[in-house]
Amino acid sequence: MNNFQYTRVKSPATAITELSKNPAAKLLAGGTNLIDLMKYGVMSPDKLVDINRLEFSDIKRGQGTLHIGSMVRNSVAAADATVLEYQPLLSQAMLAGASAQLRNKASMGGNLLQRTRCPYFYDITADCNKRAPGTGCSALEGFNRMHAIFGASSSCIAVNPSDMNVALVALDAVVQVSGPKGNRSIMMADFHRLPGTHPELDSTLDKKEIITGIVIPDNAFAKHTTYLKVRDRASYAFALISVAAALEMDGSTIKDLRLAMGGVAHKPWRLTEAENFLKGKTASVANFKLAAELAMKGAKSYGHNDFKLKLAPNSIIQALKTASGVKA
Amino acid sequence: MAKKYLDNADMARAISRVDGRAKVMGAAKYAAEVQLPDLTYAVLVESSIGQGTITSLDTKKAEWAPGVISVISHLNTPGVPEYKLENQDVIQKQLRVFDDANIYFNGQPIAVVIADTLERAQYGASLVKATYKKENHLTNLESNLSRAAVPKKAKADPKGFTSDFIRGKAGAYKDAAVQVEEEYIQPSEVHHPMELHSIIANWEAADKLTLVDKTQGSQQTAASISKSFQLPVENVKVLATYVGGAFGSALRVWPHEIVAILAAKKVQKPVKLVLSRNQMSYMVGYRPHTLQKVALGASKDGKLVGISHESYGKTSMYEEFTENVLQMTRMMYDVPNIDTKYRIVPLNVSTPAPMRGPGEATGSFALECAMDELSYKLNIDPVELRLINYAAEDPDKKMAWSSNYLKECYRLGAEKIGWNKRKAEAGTVQDGEWKVGYGVATGTFGAFRSAATVKATYKADGSLLLQSAIADIGPGTATAMTAIAAENLGIPPEKIVFQLGNSTFPKAPMQGGSNSLATVGSATVAVCTNLKVELAKLAAQQKSGWNNAVPDHVKISGADLVNSDETSAKVSLASLFSQSGQLEMVISGSAAQGDEKNKYSFYSYSVHFIEAHVHELTGVVRIKNAVSVVDCGTVVSPKTARSQLMGGIVGGIGMALMEEAVIDDRTGRTVNASFGDYHVPVNADIPQMEMLFVNERDEHLNPMGSKGLGEVVIIGVAPAVANAVYNATGIRVRHLPITPDKLI
Ligand SMILES: Cc1cc2nc3c(=O)[nH]c(=O)nc-3n(C[C@H](O)[C@H](O)[C@H](O)COP(=O)(O)OP(=O)(O)OC[C@H]3O[C@@H](n4cnc5c(N)ncnc54)[C@H](O)[C@@H]3O)c2cc1C
Ligand code: SF4
Repeated sequence: MNNFQYTRVKSPATAITELSKNPAAKLLAGGTNLIDLMKYGVMSPDKLVDINRLEFSDIKRGQGTLHIGSMVRNSVAAADATVLEYQPLLSQAMLAGASAQLRNKASMGGNLLQRTRCPYFYDITADCNKRAPGTGCSALEGFNRMHAIFGASSSCIAVNPSDMNVALVALDAVVQVSGPKGNRSIMMADFHRLPGTHPELDSTLDKKEIITGIVIPDNAFAKHTTYLKVRDRASYAFALISVAAALEMDGSTIKDLRLAMGGVAHKPWRLTEAENFLKGKTASVANFKLAAELAMKGAKSYGHNDFKLKLAPNSIIQALKTASGVKA
Repeated sequence: MAKKYLDNADMARAISRVDGRAKVMGAAKYAAEVQLPDLTYAVLVESSIGQGTITSLDTKKAEWAPGVISVISHLNTPGVPEYKLENQDVIQKQLRVFDDANIYFNGQPIAVVIADTLERAQYGASLVKATYKKENHLTNLESNLSRAAVPKKAKADPKGFTSDFIRGKAGAYKDAAVQVEEEYIQPSEVHHPMELHSIIANWEAADKLTLVDKTQGSQQTAASISKSFQLPVENVKVLATYVGGAFGSALRVWPHEIVAILAAKKVQKPVKLVLSRNQMSYMVGYRPHTLQKVALGASKDGKLVGISHESYGKTSMYEEFTENVLQMTRMMYDVPNIDTKYRIVPLNVSTPAPMRGPGEATGSFALECAMDELSYKLNIDPVELRLINYAAEDPDKKMAWSSNYLKECYRLGAEKIGWNKRKAEAGTVQDGEWKVGYGVATGTFGAFRSAATVKATYKADGSLLLQSAIADIGPGTATAMTAIAAENLGIPPEKIVFQLGNSTFPKAPMQGGSNSLATVGSATVAVCTNLKVELAKLAAQQKSGWNNAVPDHVKISGADLVNSDETSAKVSLASLFSQSGQLEMVISGSAAQGDEKNKYSFYSYSVHFIEAHVHELTGVVRIKNAVSVVDCGTVVSPKTARSQLMGGIVGGIGMALMEEAVIDDRTGRTVNASFGDYHVPVNADIPQMEMLFVNERDEHLNPMGSKGLGEVVIIGVAPAVANAVYNATGIRVRHLPITPDKLI
């Protein structure tokens, strides 16, 4: 770990000033990802700007929306009655992530920005374009069991590891940020990037901006949501594949739906084509299979993760079965 | 004959872990937690290549960093005296720490930074830069089988389990009516005990060393270190009062321990060195990646005709590691023809180490899966197949078993799991979205004892202090010894303290190979007997009825010594102490192996039954029920024995479903060297479990009637899981671990 300065800020404005003054400064929320990365020597900020005292800790209803502050802890949001009533999918996804102890520390903002778990990203002796741009990608021909099947590039095939993000992208959430130029809103679908030739950039957030909260529009999915997480052990493991499914049913017809996948891309992966196909159709395993096929168009695997080409569609089908209650 | 299975009443009577409270409350201090005045901190710097030499090492920045006291490498090491002695065969030795510029594996310690705080040492370590002359490294087992060699040890011990062996005719399975011939792969598994390997090295004088160390053998570590540093063994004191698990990783001295001692010598202050979780992945051994070829042949009625079994395991470039992968194959079943071959493949990896159920856990995975495969080909129930081939005596040593209740284990386990629910045809039982299957497999591990002494200090206040150098890495050795002494003497357990993990205490073996109870337990019985003899002697001077007292009849009862024979003599302990004029009695007792080995073949047995559910779409495996029945002789300490078995099942589930240390062959580095990436089971993975014990005395090994337990509990669990998964799905996974991708 490098030597660094530490400051605790009391207002968002000071946080933004600190970030503007020092491009090598980093915000410190729960620290469960950032501190780990510093210990491994993967990230070496000059300065940590502790935002734990900022008042981004409210969960409240707006006009047809749910607002969650960026410093709300994952465990608090997951257990919150309003969240459970209006956005149960989000709670399910968060509870599928990490462990109880980690969720007690993890913040909404930090979770949005948690970095990939690609082992070569963590091993500072390995070539990795995300950590050290231009050195190459060790995963491309290496141990890439956890890696992407969608939207990857020859520069990077890493995945976004978050469970929460998968639910948020499915729910059309909006990330609210504040920066030197004022406030702005970023659609969740646009918040994370594909690697392209710049895998060092995970998101479209500017270095000088701070996330203040997340807004989720109301929907009619509460009765039919599932977050399916397929992993190597029953808890405390990142997803091989995860699927967020939210349905609005009218009898046996799918009136509306949202589908997204985790563990497959550099960003939480929304399954728009599959959604379009299923909208207005009868909930049946046959239709789920067709939707899963559509969702898999353009998928590409890299060896150790070949199994995802089968596990992903299977998981989509399973998530739809669970969410709809349809067995055949 | 009705069996004495351990029941709830036994459990209720059993004493609880004597150090449980201290451990739960944090009062038990492990090596890394011990503080000494003037303590300094050492952090290792590791190689980033797999084979070659260091061409330069830049330590200047580290030396100038705040708080750094010293940086030691091959350029300035104070040196390990043993390395300078003649006849040091590098190939057969532990890694020679900082001896030269050679690199044998990626992650090898190349320097150490010592500073006044841990953080400053860590920072200093990050500043050391090495350049290398890189050479081609080899880490892949399967693609380097051409390098497979007969271990040198095998040549020295032609009858051992690593030597080529033939009973009857080699390859006899080929003549049999029904055959199975398959390859099985056990990947490398890391011990990863909860407690990190830690050591504090403190030179109390130029020739006097004290170590607070995580070790499974305080005296063996003292002996090894005294040899390395050419010190009189009595000048090396090793303390391992509490050890937070080890599973075999602390059975020997590792490079980091030598480093800490060198560092303490250099800085002339005590040095603490704690490995990181990452370093634990490649610096303190692992269960070696092993490829096995197994062929079974049987007649149509299920009688085994021949077994051929070959094993190819990893070792390092500088040291031979062997284990008894093939022992079970030679003794488990009544087979006329057996041939085995054991080979090791030297690669650019660190040296493996025995890991719980060493050798046998790997071997049983292949043998017991192959038996299961054979059962399907024969269309004979797998339990039945094992009973058909039950060996009434040891076919390997041609000796009678000391005791063998395997048939009881099969019977009881089958009953408890509901074996009759199992369908003979695989992939036919469904519970909603889950496919359901049952599997069985057997484990065995040799039972033995060695030599030990226990010292007793019996005080006038009625308290008893017992001492032995034995380590307690978690099985509950102090608890079991307390139980033995309490039962033998009649002293309530609360009045007994068993101290261990100190090389200056009386002689004990390492805690490994399941012999602590048999060995130290025997010495505990001996010291209790000696104590009773002494007390009876004192009593005889006072009263009649004690002259010919038989120790077995003498007991302490409250404040009195009583003789339960026809004399029914009774004398107050207070009077005995006042008569002797002493406030305490100090006495020792020793026990050692007799000639029992020449008369009987000693093994413990375990039979594991597993109910597995496999998700039809995602391939996720959930173990729904585990029933294990163990024949380990008399159960001396029911609660800790039950915990041992529970831990074995959990470890076996990890081995079956998730554990695999992955090496990237391009660099030779471990890819999943963290607890986030290297998976062991979490609570949610663990099913309902039943831990059952036959609890029948073995008359020949030791006075308690016990055999061994710690190793046999894990052996056979992984194949039972693999067999259950096959029964559920019809998919045979021969390459552990059985992750979801292999089942979709
Ligand atoms: C062993 C382990 C297992 C895990 N398993 C899972 C899992 O299964 N699923 C899962 O989803 N997650 C998992 N996690 C990740 C965990 O969810 C994240 O570490 C956590 O959400 C990060 O939140 P934090 O508040 O601690 O972030 P920090 O570590 O404090 O910050 C992370 C990043 O976000 C930035 N940041 C934080 N807040 C803001 C803000 N308000 N504005 C702008 N930038 C900000 C920081 O500067 C930093 O770069 C696991 C973590 C660990 C250590
Ligand atoms: S996949 Fe991305 S993070 Fe992983 S090694 Fe390649 S560039 Fe680095």
